[in-house]
Amino acid sequence: MTNFRATAATAALLCLAAFGASPASASGEVNVYTYRETKLVQPLFDAFTKDTGIKVNVVSASSGLEQRIKAEGANSPADVLLTVDLGRLDDAVQAGVTQPIKSVVIDETVPAQFRDPDGQWAGISMRARVIYASKDRVKQDKITYEELADPKWKGKICIRSGQHIYNNGLFAAYVARYGEAKAEEWLKGVKANLAQKPSGGDREAARDVAAGKCDIGIGNTYYWALMMNNDPEKKPWAEATRVILPTFEGGGTHVNLSGVILAKHAPNKDNGLKLIEWLAGDKAQHIYADANYEYPIRAGTGVNPTIAGYGKLVTDPTPIAKIVANRKAASTLVDKVGFDN
Amino acid sequence: MTRTTPSGRIAAAIAVATAIVVAAPVISIITLAMQPAPDVWQTLIHYVLPRSLLDTALLLVGVGALSLAIGTGAAWIVSLHEFPGRRLLLWLLPLPLAIPTYLAAYVYVDLFEPLGLVHQTLTAWMPMQDAVRLLPTLRSLPGAVIIIALVLYPYVYLSARTMFQFQSAEFAEAAKTLGAGRWTIFWRISLPMARPALAVGTALVSLETLNDIGASEYLGVRTLTVSVFTTWLNRGSLAGAAQLSCFMLAIVAVLIAVERYGRRNVTTEFSAESPRLTQRTTLSGIKGVGAVIVCLLPVCLGFLVPLLYLAHQSFKRGLFANFDMALWRDAFNSIAFASLATSAALLLGFATILAWRWRPTRLRFVAMNIAQLGYALPGLVLALGLLAPVLAIDNMLNTVAASLGWSLPGLVMVGSGAAVVIAYVIRFLAVPTGFIKAGFERIPRDYDDSARAVGAGQATTMRLIHLPLLRPAVLGAVIVVFVDCLKELPATLLLRPLNVETLATSIYQYASRGSFEEGALAALLIVAASIGPVAWLTRFSDIPSGPA
Repeated sequence: MTNFRATAATAALLCLAAFGASPASASGEVNVYTYRETKLVQPLFDAFTKDTGIKVNVVSASSGLEQRIKAEGANSPADVLLTVDLGRLDDAVQAGVTQPIKSVVIDETVPAQFRDPDGQWAGISMRARVIYASKDRVKQDKITYEELADPKWKGKICIRSGQHIYNNGLFAAYVARYGEAKAEEWLKGVKANLAQKPSGGDREAARDVAAGKCDIGIGNTYYWALMMNNDPEKKPWAEATRVILPTFEGGGTHVNLSGVILAKHAPNKDNGLKLIEWLAGDKAQHIYADANYEYPIRAGTGVNPTIAGYGKLVTDPTPIAKIVANRKAASTLVDKVGFDN
Repeated sequence: MTRTTPSGRIAAAIAVATAIVVAAPVISIITLAMQPAPDVWQTLIHYVLPRSLLDTALLLVGVGALSLAIGTGAAWIVSLHEFPGRRLLLWLLPLPLAIPTYLAAYVYVDLFEPLGLVHQTLTAWMPMQDAVRLLPTLRSLPGAVIIIALVLYPYVYLSARTMFQFQSAEFAEAAKTLGAGRWTIFWRISLPMARPALAVGTALVSLETLNDIGASEYLGVRTLTVSVFTTWLNRGSLAGAAQLSCFMLAIVAVLIAVERYGRRNVTTEFSAESPRLTQRTTLSGIKGVGAVIVCLLPVCLGFLVPLLYLAHQSFKRGLFANFDMALWRDAFNSIAFASLATSAALLLGFATILAWRWRPTRLRFVAMNIAQLGYALPGLVLALGLLAPVLAIDNMLNTVAASLGWSLPGLVMVGSGAAVVIAYVIRFLAVPTGFIKAGFERIPRDYDDSARAVGAGQATTMRLIHLPLLRPAVLGAVIVVFVDCLKELPATLLLRPLNVETLATSIYQYASRGSFEEGALAALLIVAASIGPVAWLTRFSDIPSGPA
């Protein structure tokens, strides 16, 4: 029993030590909930702290952060939610955990197309949903999103789950443009062209093209650049493919946003706003562009050379807010046509 | 039976309080489920529920059947036969318990993916495109069944082994004199006699399968657990998720009924005096080799392959060379949460059993049974259910602080990680409670009476008689809870505070971003931390392996 008591006491002490370091809502801090990879955002936060002296506390997760803020209610420590996707921005608004970002800086830097009309969220960087085409087997240089349903691609397309937020964004853009009935028909067509059941992530789409399972994979712009430049093991996956920027017929390329919201009960609201403005600033935009190969939201910040190599990006002019409004419809369609089955 | 003493009253109070805490998430889930969620249900009923109920059922049946086959087969071979290498196998066979289901899934998908190790090996003999067609699709229901069963079979193995080991010799010998062969004895005598243990082991496997979220999600099997997760997190409906959770609880109730039914005749058959044990049959030559191979196969697939693959990945990436500070922090968090939860679960479990042992009233009996229910709560359901009461306490603290004019403490329970520890305690309390109850059942009440006759009080009896006799049970419980806490994913994922990752959550995040290999070292740490305890556990394998 004595031994046991000692063990228990030691464990208790260990835990106290561990939690002693947990953040309080003292001044000079900002609490960020993020869907972004810690490794990716940490350099940003470090630079922010260096510039402003404000300490950044982070909780990262791959899902559920807005629901968590909602559950935490008025006492939530969250100041800023940083998402990788427009869907999560809308989720946060739907969950009622946002407040308007009142900032002249943001209004001037972020084009209106990439902001919520009510100021509930703002985009910070963009990525395009593109095609990783086999260098050997795909001769076309231009492909439209509409064409993905063309029977000529039968058994040749690889894509991740239709419910994944990136695909949800693309499908919602399709619904926004053509309406539900046409989108359903298109999705059925794409489904009929799949080489395998939707699975894995965007990198796997490139891998499966490299392995010969399919001819084209659907993925985001930056995964390809990361594999090419930062991951020697996966470099062959990228090397077997080339990136084609698809467009809607008579339109542009679908882009998704990484964005921010300011939490409704943000205990450090001022610091939260400072962080948001800083993220839209030139320095942060450069870090985003170079560390993660995204398209800067700020006009005039240069695009990384690898990304520039894909060709000139013309974005789909549909306002993001309109795409966001069609997310649920897109998600239901995916279930309805059994896209993932 | 026994007088009520102050310590007895304290134990009883703790027992009742524990039962209330364990019941809280269930009550909370049921309350949440009463809220309407009509728009969500439309979609759920039409497109989600039929599929996820079917997937869940198929997964449970598949994993149950496969673990039963592997676990029973291996237990029968090592318990009733003698062959070279048997002692080593006794030690090896439970080791897959050290591999969390989600890790096994990540590793096998990596191994069998296009351009992965297996594919590259195949391309030595054939063109790449032909080889790719030979690869099994592991992201599928059959894939999930095989992978999950490979790491969960030890639950069946351990409980089956307990049974086979202690099956008294008379029956088998009687059968032998009547001319029955080894197979006939197995099918007609050993197996029917072991049925209760097999039911218990399989029920545990099923509960673990139902709890799993990492593996199922990754392998594209949309079980109820995955549906609960996505309903809350992607569809934003807590009420809808709670309603799905109620379905899960119904399934759990069935599993528990099966387990109880299986255990109905198991009392203290093998108590103090050991029965005369069956003489192990010696297998020589080809049969001995066959036995080794059959037993080695599940160990290799469920343990060695994942372990070596993780080690290989870590080594290849130079992860051993440059240790990441974050990794140490995650490891520290994992160990801190697990140690604290283990200690608390042990204390509460002890008090609960003690209250019943000292004075078996109806209330204490009910409290004891409720305390064991937490194991049946899938981690995700538990976390969802715990959120409301825990946040209510946090908000109450803030209200009190505000009314007193103090500075607001913020979210104390969630922010400090206390919520994670509470979740672990609730989920795994059944283990110490079960182990200690079983331990006490082997201590005849005469001992207590004799102690009292010579004037020893409850505390003295406890210290001098009970505790030494309970030592194996307590150690066994500590090991099982600790390892379970280290591996726990869904509850940790939802309840962990700011700036805090555990080994499990950080691996999950790497995997969900498609770069699981970078988490290989963290994965290796979980496995490494679990190997010792699991191996040690085999020393106590004459104790029911799971919560009893």
